[in-house]
Formats: sequence, C-alpha cells, structure tokens
Amino acid sequence: MNQTFPWLILFLPLIAAVGITLLTQRSKSLSAVLSIGAIAASFLLSLVLFMSLKGNIGLNETLAKSWLSVGNLQVDFGFKLDSLSLLMLLIVTGVGTAIHVYSWGYMHDDPSVSRYFASLSLFTFSMLGIVLSNNLVMMFIFWELVGLSSYLLIGFWYQKNSAADAAKKAFLTNRIGDFGFLMGIILIWALVGTVDFTRLQDAFRANPALLGTSATAAGLLIFCGAMGKSAQFPLHVWLPDAMEGPTPVSALIHAATMVAAGVYMLCRVFFLFSPTALEVIAWIGGLTSLMAALIAVQQQDIKRILAYSTLSQLGYMVMAVGLQGPAASMYHLTTHAFFKALLFLGAGSVIHAMHHEQNIWQMGNLKKKMPATYWTFLIGTLALCGVPPFSGFFSKDAILAVAWEHNSWLFCIALFVAFLTTFYMFRLFFVAFHGVGKSKSVDHAHESPSIMTTPLWLLAIPSVISGWLGVEHFVGKNFGMTGDHHLNFIEEIFYPFSHAPFAAMTGIMATIVGFSLAYALYSKAVVDPLPEKLHGLSRAMRNRFYWDEIFNGLIRITHEAAATLANGIDRWIIGGFFVKGLHGTTEFAGRALRLVQTGNIQTYALLLVAGLAVVLFLILH
Amino acid sequence: MSPIGLEHFLAVSGLLFFTGLLGVIVRRNILIMYMSLELMLNAANLALVAFSRFNNNLNGQVMVFFIITVAAAEVSVGLALIVALHRKRQSAHVEDLATLKL
Repeated sequence: MNQTFPWLILFLPLIAAVGITLLTQRSKSLSAVLSIGAIAASFLLSLVLFMSLKGNIGLNETLAKSWLSVGNLQVDFGFKLDSLSLLMLLIVTGVGTAIHVYSWGYMHDDPSVSRYFASLSLFTFSMLGIVLSNNLVMMFIFWELVGLSSYLLIGFWYQKNSAADAAKKAFLTNRIGDFGFLMGIILIWALVGTVDFTRLQDAFRANPALLGTSATAAGLLIFCGAMGKSAQFPLHVWLPDAMEGPTPVSALIHAATMVAAGVYMLCRVFFLFSPTALEVIAWIGGLTSLMAALIAVQQQDIKRILAYSTLSQLGYMVMAVGLQGPAASMYHLTTHAFFKALLFLGAGSVIHAMHHEQNIWQMGNLKKKMPATYWTFLIGTLALCGVPPFSGFFSKDAILAVAWEHNSWLFCIALFVAFLTTFYMFRLFFVAFHGVGKSKSVDHAHESPSIMTTPLWLLAIPSVISGWLGVEHFVGKNFGMTGDHHLNFIEEIFYPFSHAPFAAMTGIMATIVGFSLAYALYSKAVVDPLPEKLHGLSRAMRNRFYWDEIFNGLIRITHEAAATLANGIDRWIIGGFFVKGLHGTTEFAGRALRLVQTGNIQTYALLLVAGLAVVLFLILH
Repeated sequence: MSPIGLEHFLAVSGLLFFTGLLGVIVRRNILIMYMSLELMLNAANLALVAFSRFNNNLNGQVMVFFIITVAAAEVSVGLALIVALHRKRQSAHVEDLATLKL
C-alpha cells in the first residue's frame, strides 16, 4: 500500500490536468468534477498514508526509481516520506480540496473554467512533487513547474494587462531566485557528490564541516530559491501583484501552499545551513515581516492587505528557520495555510458579493449581509492575530519563543510585527464588515452560495483547532527534537504558557494593544485617519515603500546602460572596426593599387625590372 | 693585352642586354620595342654560347638553338599581333595602346 499510494497521490492531479486539457475542455462541470475529484482522492489517500505511517518510529521511508545517471550524478525519481512531507501533503491536499470546491462556485460564470481547473490541477501536481521529492534535482524540476503553473494562474485573465504583467513579473522575479537555487544545488553536488536528501543528511551527520568554507555560500544560494518562491525581501515584489489572479488562486497558491514551498524547502535542507547563513536568513525574514506588516497597515485593497499579511507571515516563518526553529516554522506554516486560505476565500466571497469591488473603503456593514462570511472571516482574523485558543496563537508563540531564546532584537521585531498584524487585520475587519456602508454596492451585497461558504466553514475548523494537535512535536521529530511530545489535549493548549511564558504573555499583550488601537481608530471610521497623523510615513507605506519604483528605476538604469553599451559595441567595434574597417582597408588598398595599373606596358616593364633587380640584389648580397 | 676571356664575352652580352632593356623601356614605337626584345634574347644567346665555349660543354649551344627556334616562332606571332593591332588602331605607339586597365 505504501508503495503505490505516493504515486497515486502525486499523479492523480496530473491525470486530471491532462484529461481536462485533452478531453473535457467543452464541459465546464465535467472539468470541475475531474479536478475536484482528483485532489479529493489525493487528500483521502494522503490521510490513509498519514495514518499508516504516523505510528512508525523512524518515519523515514523513501521509494525511489533511478531516473537519471550521468557520470557520478545519480538522480532518482523518488519519494521521501517523513513527518515533514506527510504534514505538508495533508496541508496541500486538504486546503487544496476546500479551495477547489470553492473555485467551482467562484468561477462559475467564467467562460474558461476548464482551463482554470486544468491549471489548478497542474499546480497541485507540481506542488505535491516538491513535497514528496527525495532529492534536490527532482525538487528543482517541480519547483519550476510550480512557477509555471503560478504564471498560468496569475495570468488567467490574460485579457487584462495588469494580470499579464503581474504574471510576467512573478515569473521573472522567481527566475532570479531559482538561478541562485540551481547554483546552490550544483555547488552542493560538486562538494558532496549527491543530491539525495537522505544521503546528504547522513553525510552531514557524519561530518558537519563537510562543505568547509563554501558552507555559507551554498546555504545562501539555496536560500535564494526560497527568497524567490516565498517572496522574501528583496524579491518580495511579485507577491502583492500576483493578487491579479482569481481569488481562489491567491488563496491556494499565493497564501497557503506555493509560497510556503520556500519555507518547506528550507526546513527540508535545514541541516546544511551554517550559523552565518542562518543568521542572514533570520534577519532577512525578520525585516521582510516588519516591512510587509508596515505596508499592510496603509493598503486599501482587501486582497493586497492579505497579500502583505502573507508576506509578513512568510517572513515570520523564514525568520524562525533562521533562528534554528524549523519545527516552529513548519508549525506556523501549517496553521497559516488554514487561516490565510480561509481569509482569502472570505475576501473572495466579499469581492464576489461586491461585484469585484476590492477597496475596503467602499465596503462596510457587511456583517448583516453576509453572516457566514463574517463569522468565518472573524475566525481567520483571530487566528492570524494570535488570539488564544485559535491556532495562530500557538504557532506564533512557538516562533516568539524561539526568537526569545536566540536573538532578542529579532524578538522585538517579531513582537512589533504581531502588534501590527492585529492592527491591520482589525482595521480591515472593522472597515469592511462593521460601521456604515460606504458605497451603493453594499446595499446589493448578498451572501455567497453554499458551495462557497461550505469551504469557508471547512477551513474555519482547522483554523481553530490545528494549534491543539501537537503539530510542532510531530514535525520536530524530523529535526531531532526530543522531549515532551506526549502531551494530551489540555496540556497542548497550555503548552505555550508552561514552555515560554514570557513570549506567550508579551505576544498576547501585543495583540491586545493592536486590537485596542484598531478599535479606537477604525470602528467607526469612514475615511482613514492615519494619513493625517503619520504624513510621510503613511504615504510611504501606502506606496509600498517605493520598492516597485526603485526596482523599476534600477532596472531602467541598468537596462539603459546595458543597451547603450551593446549599442556602442555593435556600432563602433563590430560595425565600425570589424565590418567597416575590413571593407575600408580592402577598398583603400584596392584604390591605391589601382593607380599602379596604368595600362602602359613600359611602366610594367620598368617595374618588373626594378623588382627583378631587388630580388637579385637580395639573393646575391 | 690579355687574351679575350669569358668576362669580355659576358660584358658584351650584358651591354647588349641593357641596351635592349633600355630600348624596351624608353622607346615608344612598338616595333622598335620588339627589336629591342630580340636584342635582349640575343644577348642571352651570346652569354650561353660563351659559357658553352669556355666550359667545353655543348649544352649551352643546344639551348641557343632552342631559343632561336622559339624566338623565330615568337616573332611571327608577335608581328602578326602588331599588324593586327595597327590595323585596328592605326597606330604603333604604346601610349595609344594603354586601354587594358580599370
């Protein structure tokens, strides 16, 4: 059973994608059923696989078929099944199933639903490939496939220029990161001689200083990949723009799963990072999370707020990895996947009801109109803000505890980000759902159909309870974490207070402060009061700290310089020197020599004699 | 006075050769140039005969016969060309025959 299940889990979505593309393009509902069926089946199989493998002590099963063998490069097509990949498998297929179902309601009127579901299934296939792969090369291949399907889905409404541009931007930005990732893989292969995770880990266990002086370089190159995929500074610019895609796509790919792939990858190869590399990773994560949270405070588009919130939470996870807490990071990834997907789907429901109005200052008073969306959104918000006993509290606390243990500066940043998170989430919440209706669309708003609200409730459940299940200890086994991992339900709930009470208490304090501030400022606001108070800072936040403009400027400058240089080389060196020079010298020599050809035979005779004389002189002399 | 030696022959031959060369280079009339060319050939013949005589070797004289034969043939072809040219151009001056150029 364990032999065939991973293959089925991985390939069912691919079969669905191929089937939809080749056979059922015409029939929307058949395509949807195929796609939803494939991922639901994958989910059930993952569940069975999880149950059967959970009890295993080692929990470290790999199935591999040799795929590529060149010289001493051995690449398998195989699966690594351990607590890390099993957990991720459940998240991807579980959240994925809910979102697939929701999509069917959300995309119902779109003319190219079949294409949508084909891309979505292709994405699921690629994502599962990343999760299951047992070596770096296979992971890289699926990594690129994920990039491709993300491109296809962001640019799903390719008729819109903004969507097409966003897709290109995402693809190109990811390409930069992936280049580093590839370099890292090559470096590791060159130094260690294998790309297989298990063998790499064994090699590192036997000799931690295996990479020698290149350890930091290799780690940071690998991190480049995560930087692109998980949108860490400075490659974060693509994620907010990726919100141009359909909202369920934003929920699945750009909040719950794909962007988490970077974090997952970091945890997967956690053993090969040197302390310096980890330090850099932690700081980049911390700064990303701070910057994104600040930007989120002044955004107006409901999806963009959530996008920056995602960035900020991803920064949290990356920071946790850097602070040597991969288990905490995976924990937050798990809970975040649920509640962020929930929030995005809730936002999608709102957007659907508001006839594609995304500005929160055009909403208001949606509580009455959309109760199901309201309550589930509230659950998601509470979870994201880290209110006990919602799941976000436990995972965020795990990260805070790790930060408190290792780096007090980053702890302060994390705490401040927690405060900001609560602030901007409740700003969004109060402005969109409470207060007075701020536009006419509000009057026409109505609750979404049950095919959309059911997934909301389905995601709301794990958003609440996934903190009570001991995810951290389950994943922790992978990183050699030992200790009290047989907590019961109640102990699990009070674990944060017994484990690191200071972090837990300060975390709750930050949340309370954030909530109070948001309540004071926004519970009755009709226009945003912050710009008047913060002036320039608020403008900078609203304009995303001008990163897009800076990058545009930089790219324009470098591009122009490169173009000028290339033009100069072409015009002066290739065209001027080689082409014109060659032809010019030939022509000049021809013109000069033509003067000699007078047609006068006596001149020729004289020259001939003179030449002969010279030759004779040289020979005889 | 010393007896006549090889050097004397060669000196005469050289003088003849340069006279011929000078004629080829400076005279404008194509017929005169032609005669000067013959003069150069004969200067070479003289040198060959002299070498043959002083080296007691007949090869040089054999060579001279060949040259005379070839020269006779060449003269007939050359004169025919000159006559043909003259008919065409009504001129025997080399300046008028300088059209073979770019």
